[in-house]
Amino acid sequence: MSDVQIITGNQAAAMAARLCNVQVVAAYPITPQSQLAEILSQYVESGSLRAEYVRVESEHSAMTVCISASTVGARVFTATSANGLLYMHEQLHWAAGSRLPIVMCVVNRGVGAPWSIFNDQQDSLSQRDTGWIQIHCRDNQEIMDSVIQAYRIAEQVYAPIMVCYDGFVLSHTMMPVHIPGANPVRSFLPPYKPHTILSPENPKNINPVLLPNPRMSAEGILCDGYMEMRYKLQKAMEDSREVIMKTSREFADAFGRDNGGMLWEYRTDDAEVILSAMGSVAAEAMAAVDQLRAEGIGAGVVGIRVFRPFPKEDVARAFRKAKAIILFEKSISYGYEGGLSSELKAAFYRTDIHAPVHDYIVGIGGRDVKARELVEAVKSSVEAIRTGTPEKHTSWLNCITE
Amino acid sequence: MKSQDKSVSAMADPAVGEAGKTGDWRDLKPVIDYGKCIPSVKNRPACYLCWLYCPEGVVKAGIRVEIDLTYCKGCGVCAEECPSKAISMVREEKGHE
Repeated sequence: MSDVQIITGNQAAAMAARLCNVQVVAAYPITPQSQLAEILSQYVESGSLRAEYVRVESEHSAMTVCISASTVGARVFTATSANGLLYMHEQLHWAAGSRLPIVMCVVNRGVGAPWSIFNDQQDSLSQRDTGWIQIHCRDNQEIMDSVIQAYRIAEQVYAPIMVCYDGFVLSHTMMPVHIPGANPVRSFLPPYKPHTILSPENPKNINPVLLPNPRMSAEGILCDGYMEMRYKLQKAMEDSREVIMKTSREFADAFGRDNGGMLWEYRTDDAEVILSAMGSVAAEAMAAVDQLRAEGIGAGVVGIRVFRPFPKEDVARAFRKAKAIILFEKSISYGYEGGLSSELKAAFYRTDIHAPVHDYIVGIGGRDVKARELVEAVKSSVEAIRTGTPEKHTSWLNCITE
Repeated sequence: MKSQDKSVSAMADPAVGEAGKTGDWRDLKPVIDYGKCIPSVKNRPACYLCWLYCPEGVVKAGIRVEIDLTYCKGCGVCAEECPSKAISMVREEKGHE
């Protein structure tokens, strides 16, 4: 039986890591992640989590400790935000390239300069091409559920996972969360089996310099070149979709909550206007859809849960009936548009989806995003499309732009 | 049919020749003048700075000192460090692979 507690997103993440029996935690505190690191250190200190808590002097070192511990077979956890995540950037590539199932919570925060401690998703979106799976959570329950699922996914596909959730909006906001029991989690999550066992009896050079072409080892085995290794990572990421979907279904069977796998939908069955977003904005969009429907506009939400691997087939299916697509994004790819907008439009290539896509940048650096603002944006887009101007430049909602 | 690498991440087993016959990379080869080389002159195990400094581990510290040219890359560190100037770096003949 699960019990319900009213907790913050950071508490949910910490409790989930403890339920997963992580063995090594290395984290460097940064707002808004700090509470998560503090709770985990208390768990270790009090003995309620039998793990090694490694205090480090930076996020780069935090990820390095996770890489080392994961390499020798420990289940590891870390968490960070914003500039801390960027400081890890090099080690993120090492973790993915070494194919280590590290799970990290990214408590989304705006990136300096100028400094902000408040929420947007520029930090995780800027790590798109590091070879990490990215899961974006809409509420505190999904943080709890996604961390548990993340270990099972990561340890099957041998790829690291970022579980991303919005700073303060979720990290410091209390919500009722079902806490799964320790035994059901243990049976859902088999022990971590590393892909390579390192031991003194069987020494290995790990991540040696790989040359442009495959080479013959001293034992006569044709070893991959650098390019083959990169292809293996790409293949694993593409194949991880099946694992993510299966894990989501089996989690639903075991715990009664379905997070939707790659994406989730809200009131889309008869929707002509589809709102889409990642994280807490997607939850806000559900409130906006209720208001829009009360005003007679047939709207629905597609929440993008997994950003990498990008759910190409899933979005082609989810948006197939849309006559207008309105995106709300908490990040910007400077010089172009919101990252989700580019990804979605690319996924629609050579499908029958030709609906206008309107991209709104919202809530940068913690600016509040209200459902009624989303409603107004949707109404203005629907009106523009109806009156024959479907094209719209990326617009910044609730921002002084002139 | 050659056996294929099944490893998930890049790994190598530490072994002689794991990186191929690296002697192929050489332009200059070390040639020892045993009339100057200290272990040969003194007829006892001594000096061995070439063995100590060799970054490839291809120097055999015996009496005579021997260098494994299959794996010597010809860097010349041994010649630089030799206190009796017993090692000279000689250009390889053209045409070697």
